[in-house]
Amino acid sequence: MLIVIDYNVGNVKSVCNAFRHIGCEAKLSCEPQDIESAAGLVLPGVAAFGFAVSALGPLAELIKKLVLSGKPLLGICVGYQLLFDQSSEFGCHAGLGLVSGNVVSIPTTQIVPHMGWNLVKLPEDMDLFAGLAREKHFYFAHSFYPDVTDTQAKIAYTDYGFDLPASVQKANIYGTQFHPEKSGKTGLKVLKNFAQICKRSNQC
Amino acid sequence: MLTKRIIPCLDVKDGRVVKGVHFLNLRDAGDPVELGTRYSDEGADELVFLDITATIRSRKTIVELVEKVAENVFISFTVGGGIQTVEQMDELLRSGAEKVSVNTAAVENPNLLTEAAKRFGNQCIVLAIDARRSKERKGHWQVTVKAGSEPTALDVVEWAVKAEKLGAGEILLTSMDADGTKTGYDNELNKAVTDAVNIPVIASGGAGKLEHLYDAIVEGGADAVLMASITHFENYTIKQMKQYLASRGIPVNL
Repeated sequence: MLIVIDYNVGNVKSVCNAFRHIGCEAKLSCEPQDIESAAGLVLPGVAAFGFAVSALGPLAELIKKLVLSGKPLLGICVGYQLLFDQSSEFGCHAGLGLVSGNVVSIPTTQIVPHMGWNLVKLPEDMDLFAGLAREKHFYFAHSFYPDVTDTQAKIAYTDYGFDLPASVQKANIYGTQFHPEKSGKTGLKVLKNFAQICKRSNQC
Repeated sequence: MLTKRIIPCLDVKDGRVVKGVHFLNLRDAGDPVELGTRYSDEGADELVFLDITATIRSRKTIVELVEKVAENVFISFTVGGGIQTVEQMDELLRSGAEKVSVNTAAVENPNLLTEAAKRFGNQCIVLAIDARRSKERKGHWQVTVKAGSEPTALDVVEWAVKAEKLGAGEILLTSMDADGTKTGYDNELNKAVTDAVNIPVIASGGAGKLEHLYDAIVEGGADAVLMASITHFENYTIKQMKQYLASRGIPVNL
């Protein structure tokens, strides 16, 4: 069973709907015992970074502990940004610090927010993108992005006037700036891949 | 490269999709969930659902509609119509909408944009502007509210600039003069707004031919084009629209 962490931010239900649509068991919960016994965790999020951090509250420490001991985690959008050290959206806020880097605003030489479908180059060695072509369109809606400095992280980039890190993978930690649950069939395939990753991780 | 978006708009009244001309003379266009699913399967980049009755009773219906759409459609969709508070936005976003749009409430209480952006991030706050060409001031447009029934003293370009500062993350710009006429978008309006702001602008009102979409993007500078009549009643599929735009060098997600 996958647990989609319900922490009082928008659009958590869509992620659950998408997993159910592809036949994966996923439950929306903020109960520590559900989170502890989950095969994998999904941290979704449509929220401002600071709001998301305070809404997550004490769950943050639990998630960190479980993920550092090997439980797969997928962060989506703000949930992806939460994986990093800190963000400057509406003041400075600390993130989970699981992947090194700071979340900063997209330069205003571009239209901000970065909104819509952009082409992401998918490295062959990133498990989330198994079975997909080497580049695919995904749906983005964000004004901030992580400047990834973690040398252990694999990164998939999209071009938005600069190389924007659209997805990272570091051991059992996964994240996408884009919304797989809003990226049609391609996005559903990414979620399916994450479900497979969780399944494999619980077998060994 | 970021692609230009094709966005079918579904105006919802009493649980059905309807479409009029200049916001009047509504015609039935089908079931919102069925139509939304069809457009998503055809390759629409996003959907917009507007509750055009926007009464207390219709609010419950629209939340249920959002839940149903979110179970069947795996692309982003915006919901608008009569939204007045951050709590109402929260309910719609939690039910599965990716973005919410506000018009009248933001004019009456501009701080709503700031409050909403601080809580949800500006990427999910769409400011809808219904623009009417000013008879008194040439090259200016007047903001109208309450589904186009009430003119205000606000100038469209000035309001768009102010709203961006307050926290709007996108503008859904409807020309009331062009709405439902199928004679093309008001690209003078689109250009005036896209030149003035640095957030995405969705051009709306007037699409009737494929070249109108191209013109809104190239002449109007629009990041996305919204249409209703042309998809509900005409023979253009989303795919045809995208193939046409691609053939003229516009980046699209085909």
